[in-house]
Amino acid sequence: MAEIRVNPTRMELKKLKARYATARRGHKLLKDKRDELMRCFLAVVRECKSLRYEVETALGAARGAFSLAAATTHPKMLATALLLPRTEAKIEVSLKNRMSVTVPVLHTEIGAAGDAANYGFAFTSGELDSAIAAFGEILPKMLQMAQLEKEAMLLAEEIERTRRRVNALEHIMMPRYLAAIKSIEMKLEENERGNITRLMKVKDMILHANLAQKYSFFPDEE
Amino acid sequence: MYKIGMIGDSESIQGFMALGFSTFAVSTPADAAQTLAALVKSEEYAVIFMTEELCAALPEELARYKDMPLPAITAIPGKSGSIGYGMTALKHATERAVGTDILFQE
Repeated sequence: MAEIRVNPTRMELKKLKARYATARRGHKLLKDKRDELMRCFLAVVRECKSLRYEVETALGAARGAFSLAAATTHPKMLATALLLPRTEAKIEVSLKNRMSVTVPVLHTEIGAAGDAANYGFAFTSGELDSAIAAFGEILPKMLQMAQLEKEAMLLAEEIERTRRRVNALEHIMMPRYLAAIKSIEMKLEENERGNITRLMKVKDMILHANLAQKYSFFPDEE
Repeated sequence: MYKIGMIGDSESIQGFMALGFSTFAVSTPADAAQTLAALVKSEEYAVIFMTEELCAALPEELARYKDMPLPAITAIPGKSGSIGYGMTALKHATERAVGTDILFQE
């Protein structure tokens, strides 16, 4: 593992310790965020799954009804009948902040659902009416599904990013800081020991010098 | 106020025309990609429904818009019924988030 190269000084040690503390706090926060995101995501995706199942089934049925209507109506008449909707489907959208993920919220207050038919009854069949009504009934569910799926996708993206950051902190940043802190501490201790030995040696030398001076009156003793 | 868009082959989208969707009939995936890009760029659409067949044919286009809050591009079954694309997309999202597929395994 690539270590952080720093000068082994007390200053650097203090800085590194502060950075390690920050990393640890960030790691804890991000881990909590990831867990909560995961909880949200699973709830959303479960709902999505059942909603999609519902929509797909209902849509299949509505399409069946529609093909029946198309079969009993002249294609040109059908195209003309559907050409002009009574209202244009409009939706209000607000953005919601969910665990720092911006997700859209669709407000479906369209009058389109239900009685959307805007055609004369002379050239169209009753099947068309029921088919259109069936589509209208699915519409709110489709929109809800669109919203939830978008939310699920965005949450998934955020979870992936958060998890990556948690892992980077846990397995790379924090061990590196710890290793650097340890190496600086060892270096400082080593210096300290070196210093003590040097002092002892110097003290010894001074003592020797003093003794030598003291007993220099008897030079022929050696 | 945003509009609702729908891209697909003319048969698949016809029924939604009456509901007031802005429908765009396309015949090839390349056409769909162009229409989709134009719709996203116009920023008038909050939701764009696209048939599963087209979604399956345009993975890069969808990936480009995947991480934007708007528009929500959603796959719906086309005229020939569901080919399972929507469920697969959910499955992929789960795998991406959780690391393994815990919802769809039977």
